[in-house]
Amino acid sequence: MSDAALPSAGPPARRAKPRGSLIGQVFEGLCFGAATLLLASLGGIIVSLLIGGWPAISKFGIGFLFSSTWNPVTDVYGAAGPIVGTLITAALALIMALPIAGGVAFFLTELCPAPLRRPIGTAVELLAGIPSIVYGMWGLFVFAPLFARWIQLPLMAAAKPGSILEALTTGIPNGSGILPASIILAIMILPFMAATLRELLLTVPAAVRESAYGLGATTAEVVLSVTLPYVRQGAIGAVMLGLGRALGETMAVTFIIGNSHAFPKSLFDSGSTIASTIANEFTEATSPIHTAALISLGLVLFLITFVVLGLARLMLRQQGAKL
Amino acid sequence: MSAAKLARRRIGDVVFKVFCWGVTGLALIALAAILWSLLVQGFGGLNLDVFTMSTPAAGSRGGLANAIVGSLLMCVLAMALALTVGILAGTWLAEYGGRSKYGAVVRFLNDVLLSAPSILVGLFVYELLVAPFHGFSGFAGAVALALLAVPVITRTAEDVLLLQSATLREAGVALGAPFSYVVRQIIWRSARGGLLTGALLAFARISGETAPLLFTALNNQFFNKPWFDLRQQTANLPVVIFNGALSAYDDLRRLAWAGALLIAATVLAVTIVARIVAQEQKRS
Repeated sequence: MSDAALPSAGPPARRAKPRGSLIGQVFEGLCFGAATLLLASLGGIIVSLLIGGWPAISKFGIGFLFSSTWNPVTDVYGAAGPIVGTLITAALALIMALPIAGGVAFFLTELCPAPLRRPIGTAVELLAGIPSIVYGMWGLFVFAPLFARWIQLPLMAAAKPGSILEALTTGIPNGSGILPASIILAIMILPFMAATLRELLLTVPAAVRESAYGLGATTAEVVLSVTLPYVRQGAIGAVMLGLGRALGETMAVTFIIGNSHAFPKSLFDSGSTIASTIANEFTEATSPIHTAALISLGLVLFLITFVVLGLARLMLRQQGAKL
Repeated sequence: MSAAKLARRRIGDVVFKVFCWGVTGLALIALAAILWSLLVQGFGGLNLDVFTMSTPAAGSRGGLANAIVGSLLMCVLAMALALTVGILAGTWLAEYGGRSKYGAVVRFLNDVLLSAPSILVGLFVYELLVAPFHGFSGFAGAVALALLAVPVITRTAEDVLLLQSATLREAGVALGAPFSYVVRQIIWRSARGGLLTGALLAFARISGETAPLLFTALNNQFFNKPWFDLRQQTANLPVVIFNGALSAYDDLRRLAWAGALLIAATVLAVTIVARIVAQEQKRS
């Protein structure tokens, strides 16, 4: 570069700072501060949950996680019921939503007639943004009565005494419980997962897909052995994002899960999730230790979702997907 | 290739296609059913009272006016806070420190925050602003909503700023403008549309959030006095819907449906506008 040719003038004379350089520094500082504030808020969530939950954590110790007693009258709290409820509903929702979301995404990228492609794709993306309380209300007022009438009653009638089916379907056929809550959750995360998977599949280069078709592969083979493996890591990330939403979802579940803190005994039995328990009881908590127990529940939920979401983001990052 | 294998592949393909068509149909039917009952029940509960009167006690006349105003106030305040922090943080990631280790950490945790359960944000703000001051307030509600909006705005801001071409920055700097001036006057300006899209998406995200408001803004049967004072408990649509839906009274439930319709319609409208803005941006 030409810099080397410049005559060096000893130690450089102190140059006057250009006008506005202070503004520049202040601006950069502000931007840095904003980014740090973001970090601080995440740290703040952990710290505040720890502080708020400490009375319960120190009183019940590690047993808090494994005891299923939740009794505001005697002030004895154990989180096992809600924790198990959270994991079961999220897992069931994922099992139901995943094949359907995959099917929708494959349909939209490979099978859909061209004129319908954009409208259906847009509709799916828009539905992903509908507030979850709408899904919850629909579940409570429309889905639950239908579910009780057409699914619960016939299944319970068909179950032979002593059979596995009977064990799975005991409960009160009022349309609320673990399975209905999982179904509503599945419907709620479905558009989100379908839209994310579709977006991922669209990133597969056309040449890759076309060469697979050119070799004579059927549509099923192209999707299952070429395009899906191509975005494998991102797809796992997308699924885990959906799982994260299902784990932390409050409103879609609270209405319909039945809110009992015991271990759910069957698919139709009522249960609770961490989020539904907090939503239902927090403002009506009867004692400081009750509030603290609810906040410790929040801490447990935070740790679970943080791991799931963190892994999801790492996988999406490696896929290079911007979602 | 044997004929049997070919036949098996064909059958597999047909099964796959039927499955995809089937589940897409199923999904669309389920989602259409939700929208349908929202429209029917929501319009059934909608009348002039909804927009002019405050939350009723069960059995008397009333509407959602106080909740609509409360929700709007909180969302606007939340957006003002979130836009300030979000755009600055996005700018830092895109223009200043995004390539550093610290930048990578901020970006990663922002992505986690983006999908963190909203109820935890509610608990955090409860501990931060409600418990110490011994009172639920609309202000705390707005802060909770802002916390949910910031990651969305930061993310979109970083993405759209990085899309602006490097020559634009170089041209500005070559003309002798300080870099911060280039960022504010040239880069932000040319990324206007993208920043607007991010803001709209964030607004759509927070306008239906219920869980964090349950322990921050709580609720209020009436308008605040004066109506814009967010230092008191403040009525808001999501919590009114939540309480109404769980109540045993038909009129409160009807009101809840009307509120749900209002929220869903707002979210859909804002999202559609955001998409249109993004399209325009892409075209120009």
